[in-house]
Amino acid sequence: MPLPVNLKLPAKLQHLEQLIDFVANCAQEHGVAQKKIGEIQVAVEEALVNVINYAYKDGGGDVEVTCTLDDEKFIIEIIDSGFPFDFLSLKDPDISLNVSEREIGGLGIYLIKRLMDHVEHKREDNKNTLTLVVSTNQSKSEPHPDNVTKI
Amino acid sequence: MEINIKKEKGVPLVSVKGRIDAVTAPDFEKDLSDLIESGEKTVLVNLGELEYISSAGLRSILATAKRLKAENGKMVFTGLKGPVEEVFKISGFYSIFTIFESEEAALNQL
Repeated sequence: MPLPVNLKLPAKLQHLEQLIDFVANCAQEHGVAQKKIGEIQVAVEEALVNVINYAYKDGGGDVEVTCTLDDEKFIIEIIDSGFPFDFLSLKDPDISLNVSEREIGGLGIYLIKRLMDHVEHKREDNKNTLTLVVSTNQSKSEPHPDNVTKI
Repeated sequence: MEINIKKEKGVPLVSVKGRIDAVTAPDFEKDLSDLIESGEKTVLVNLGELEYISSAGLRSILATAKRLKAENGKMVFTGLKGPVEEVFKISGFYSIFTIFESEEAALNQL
């Protein structure tokens, strides 16, 4: 398995684009299909925005992204040293409601779960690691609720 | 993100290029809000040149649609493809909004 490449920057909105582009370039180098790269960019943005908005109370901290290709799987890790927070445990929004009934918000995490083939949250050494996995050898099958794992 | 607004057959056509993300969504929402404040009730949005849209962009769309709905107006879309179409489908936006095959089809029916 090749060594992961990584980028670590302060968890600020001003660095969002740079962090997303880093992952997109990495995916491109690994030959991930263009449509899938768009979906990866959305999932990575949602994860990063959560870290930027909620991981650190004051003063802020860093967020690190890594990407690796392993056996036809493109793996992204998003690591912060903020509060322990497993946002995957949050309830999914009700997407069957109409415009007036729909609540504004709650869609970001749902998008991550649905766009990625596998999602995992891990709390270790005072760090949160969110792992996003996309298979590169086939088009994604219908997502299943079981694609979310907690460690 | 680049937004172009013009009028076609009396309907404001909003074309968006690039990304609607957490950074650019407020600008997108502001432009739509300006249209509503200038009295527009129906807005056609072409997302054909959009690279991707995240939940921040979906929130802006929903907030705008709620305002328009309160004034008996509506927001409709065209040009959905790739990751943008996928995100619309996953989030249920495909069923709550009217999506047209082309600008022409939209303008003929609005």
